[in-house]
Amino acid sequence: MQISFTLNGRPTTIEVEAATLVAELLREQLNLTGTHIGCDTSQCGACVVHLNGLPVKSCTLLAPTLDGATLLTIEGLQGAPGSNQMHPMQEAFREHHGLQCGFCTPGMLMTAIALATEKKDLTEADVRHGLEGNICRCTGYQNIVISVMAGAAAMNAAKGE
Amino acid sequence: MGNVIGIGAAPKRKEDQRFLTGRGNYVSDIKRAGMTSGVFVRSPHGHAVLRGIDKSAALASPGIIAVLTGDDVKADGLGGLPCGWGISDAKGVPMKEPPFPMLAQSKVRFVGDMVAFVIAETPEQANAAAELLAVDYEVLPSVVGVLEAVRPNAPQLFDDVPNNICCDWELGDKAAVETAFRKAAHVAKLSLVNNRLIGNPMEPRAAIAEYEPGTDRFTLWTTSQFPHVVRFLMGALVLNIPQHKLRVVAPDVGGGFGVKQFHYGEEAVITWAAKRVKRPIKWVASRSEGYVSDRHGRDHVTEAELALDENGKFLAFRVNTLANMGGYLSTFGPNIPTNLYGPLLGGVYTTPAIYCNVKVVFTNTVPVDAYRGAGRPEATFVLERIVDVAASEMGIDRVEIRRRNMIPKDAYPYQTPVLVQYDSGDPMGCLDGALVAADVKNFGVRKAASASKGKFRGLGYSTYVEACGLAPSRFAGRLGARGGLYESATVRVHPTGQVTVMIGTHNHGQGHETTFAQIVSDKLGVAFDDVDIVFGDTDRVQFGMGTYGSRSLVVGGAALSKATDKVIAKGKKIASHLLEAAEVDIQFESGKFSVAGTDRMKTFEEIAGAAYVPHNYPLEVLEPGLEEQAYYDPVNFTYPGGCHIAEVEIDPETGTVMLVNYTAVDDVGTVINPMIVEGQLHGGIVQGVGQALFENAVYDEGSGQLLSGSLMDYCMPRADHMPMMKVATHSTLCTHTPMGVKGCGEVGTIGSPAAVINAVVDALSHLGVTHVDMPATPNRIWRLLQNASLPAAAE
Repeated sequence: MQISFTLNGRPTTIEVEAATLVAELLREQLNLTGTHIGCDTSQCGACVVHLNGLPVKSCTLLAPTLDGATLLTIEGLQGAPGSNQMHPMQEAFREHHGLQCGFCTPGMLMTAIALATEKKDLTEADVRHGLEGNICRCTGYQNIVISVMAGAAAMNAAKGE
Repeated sequence: MGNVIGIGAAPKRKEDQRFLTGRGNYVSDIKRAGMTSGVFVRSPHGHAVLRGIDKSAALASPGIIAVLTGDDVKADGLGGLPCGWGISDAKGVPMKEPPFPMLAQSKVRFVGDMVAFVIAETPEQANAAAELLAVDYEVLPSVVGVLEAVRPNAPQLFDDVPNNICCDWELGDKAAVETAFRKAAHVAKLSLVNNRLIGNPMEPRAAIAEYEPGTDRFTLWTTSQFPHVVRFLMGALVLNIPQHKLRVVAPDVGGGFGVKQFHYGEEAVITWAAKRVKRPIKWVASRSEGYVSDRHGRDHVTEAELALDENGKFLAFRVNTLANMGGYLSTFGPNIPTNLYGPLLGGVYTTPAIYCNVKVVFTNTVPVDAYRGAGRPEATFVLERIVDVAASEMGIDRVEIRRRNMIPKDAYPYQTPVLVQYDSGDPMGCLDGALVAADVKNFGVRKAASASKGKFRGLGYSTYVEACGLAPSRFAGRLGARGGLYESATVRVHPTGQVTVMIGTHNHGQGHETTFAQIVSDKLGVAFDDVDIVFGDTDRVQFGMGTYGSRSLVVGGAALSKATDKVIAKGKKIASHLLEAAEVDIQFESGKFSVAGTDRMKTFEEIAGAAYVPHNYPLEVLEPGLEEQAYYDPVNFTYPGGCHIAEVEIDPETGTVMLVNYTAVDDVGTVINPMIVEGQLHGGIVQGVGQALFENAVYDEGSGQLLSGSLMDYCMPRADHMPMMKVATHSTLCTHTPMGVKGCGEVGTIGSPAAVINAVVDALSHLGVTHVDMPATPNRIWRLLQNASLPAAAE
C-alpha cells in the first residue's frame, strides 16, 4: 500500500508492505540507518523515533500507521537555524562523553529530547527513570544522565531566548 | 593549523560526530548490489543425534537460493573452527580437543548449534524457507551444570572425552600449600558459584560476505574485535583461502566486551556460501539468536580455602574450580578459566603459597569464552570474598586484614607464587584514597539512618589487581597460546604533514580514534585534527591482533609510540642534511627539528615535504617518503588494580538490593585521556554490578533449554539501577610499557562484583549470613531473609 507522511520535515510518499515495521522501513527502504535495531522484544530502545512529537520504539510500529503522521529520526535533528551546531542534546552528549560505541546513542538522544520537551526541570531521578526503556552496555549510564541534564538545560535556555 | 592536544588532555572524541548524527557505519547498515539474505537454522535441542535433514520443502520455497548443511561442508572437505589455545594437565597431557564443525555433523550439542544455512532473496523468504527445513533429531538427555556433567553416568557429549572433562589443569605448589595448611591457626572455607553471563553488546552480531570471481577475492564484513585474526583463522585453518585473497572488514562495531573477539562459525559459513551462490549474502542476528549463539562468560563452581596464622596473615590459598566450557572449545575458551584465572589468585597480597586446580568441563550449553575481565573477575571474586569470610571468622576488621597482607609499595617488582611478577603498584594508596572518597568514617551514621527506615545497609570492599595488556608472546606461548600477541602500527606522514595511522587494534567504543591521535599529536607536535586513525580493515591495516584484554593502549599504543619514534629518527636524518649539521646535534621538540645551540630549524611539515619532494635530499643514505611501521611485543603483562567500595541498602520486605554509593580508586598507570578513562571505569563497574545484582544465564537441566533467552528474561542494568559513582585514579607507572600505561578497559568489571556482594553480605551479617551467590536478586535475598530470623533492628 502507498502511504504519505512527513519525514524529518519533508513530505514522503512510499509503497510499503502491510507487515513492514517502521524501523525496517527506515533502514531498508529509506536508507536511514541511524535508527538501530538492538533487540526483538522492544526492550533496548535503540530504535526510538518521534511520531507526532512523541517517542516511540519504531520496532513495534507497523509502517502503514505512519500514513498522515509526522516522523522525526536521528537524521532529522538540527541545531539552531543557521548555526553549524548539532541539536543541543547531541552537543551535550559529545561534551559529557555520553556515548562510547554509539549503537544505543540515536535512541538515547531521541528519548532524551522527548524527556526534556515533556518536563522543564528534570531531576537526576527523572532522567534515570525516563531512560528505563533504553539500554546502554558501554557507559554505565552516568555520563548519559549528565549529558541529558545538560542537554535539557541547553534546550530550555534556547527556548527562553 | 589546529592545536596540539597531548597526553593527559581530555579533548572531545573524534568519533562522536558520526555516531551522534546517525551516520555510523555498522555491518547491518551496509548494502551490496545483488545482496541476498541468510538465516541459520539452529538446534532447538540441547543434545541430539542429527539423523537427517530433508531440504526439499525449503528448496521449493519462494525466493530460495540455497540450503547448506554439514554434509555440504564435509563434501567440500572443510575444517572445523580452531581453538587458539592448547592447555595441558599437570603431567603435560594436552586437553581434549574435539572438532567444532562449522555446521553440525551427526550430533548437536547445545540449543543454538547451527545445523543449516538458508539463503534467499529477502530476509522474509529466508526465514520462511528455514521454517520448512525438516530436521530429524533423536533427542538425548542434556547436561548443563558442571557439577552434574562430571558425575558418573552423566550424558557424554563426546565419545572420547570421559566424564566430559576437557582438561584437569593445575597451577602452584600443592605440597607447600598442604604444609602451610597444617600449620595454620585458622582456615576459612567458602563454596561459591560465579554466575554465567551473556555479554549483550547492544549491536547484535552480523556479517556480509561477497566473492568476486574476477579477482578470486573474498570480502567479509563482520562485527569483530579482531579482523586480522578472523582472516588468519578462517582463511588459513577453516576455508583454505589464501590470506591475500581474503579481506576482512570490521567497520563501526557496536560494543564487544569479548563477545566479538572469537572466530564464529557464522563467519566461515557465510564466506564459504558467498562463493557457492556467487552473490553477496547478509546475515544479521536477532537478539534472541545472539542469546543462544554469542559465546557466554564465567560459569564456575568453586571451593576455596584460605590458611591464616593467628594474626590474620595469609599462609596459603587453595582453590578448586569446575569451569564450564559449553558444547565446544571456542577461540580462547580453555585459556580463560586457567591462565587468566590461576595467576591472579595472589591478588594484592603476599600469600606465599597458592595452589589452584581447574577442571574444564564440556556441557550442553553455548560455548563459554572471554567476557569483559575474563578469568580475572572470577579470581578476584573468590579471593576478595574469602578474605571477608576470614576477617569475619577471626574477628578482624576487613580493612585491617587487607592491610596486614597487602604488598607494600616498595616491595615492587613483586614475584607471586603463581607465575606473574607485578612490576608496579600501590594497593595501600588506592585503599587509603577510596576510604576517604567513600566517606567510610561516617558509614555508621548512614547505617543507622537506614535502620531507622527498616532497611539494612552494608559496605563492601574489593582490593584487587589484574593482569592485562595481552600479552607477552613468549610467556603466552609457554602457556599454550597458538599465536603471537603483539600489536602493530604504521604512521604515514603525508607530504603536507598530516598523519594517518594504521593500527591493528579495533575501536568499538573505547575512543581509540581520540586517544591514539593524542599520542601522535603529543609526540610529533602535529595538530590533533591532523591525525586520523584507521583500523578494522585487513586491506588497509598491515596486521594486528585486535582489541581485548585491555590491550589496545598497552600493546597497540606502544607499537604506535615506537613507530612515531621511528618517524622522528628519520626526520632527524633528513633535517641533519637540510640544516647541514651532524645528526647527533639535531633535536626534535614541539614539532620542530633544530640544531642544538642555534636558531636553525625546520618544521615537521617542511621535513615531511622534503621527504616527498626530494630535490635536496640525502638520497644516497635515505629513501624518500616518511612512513614507519613498528611491531611491539610486551615483555610482561601490565597490572592495573585498585580499591572499590560499594554501599548497598536492602529492603527486607522485598529483598531488593539498592546500590546507593559506589567508589573506585584505580591504578591504571599513565592516563592519556582522563575523560575516556572515567567512561571506561563507569561502564566496567556497571557490568560488574550487573553480574552481582541482576544478570544470570540460566539453563534447564535435562532439556538444555536456555531459560533466560531474551532481554525480557535476562536482566541488564538500566539507568535507574545506579547511583552516581565516584571514580578516581591513583596511578603508579608501568615500568615496561613506553608510556607507563597499564590499561583500563576491564578494571571496573574485575573489581566490582566482589565489592557489591561483600556489601550485601555485610548488610545481612547480623542475621548470620556469610555468603550470597550472584546475582543477589530480590528473590534470592527475600528467600534468605525468610530462612533467617529477622531481628528487632529491622523493625
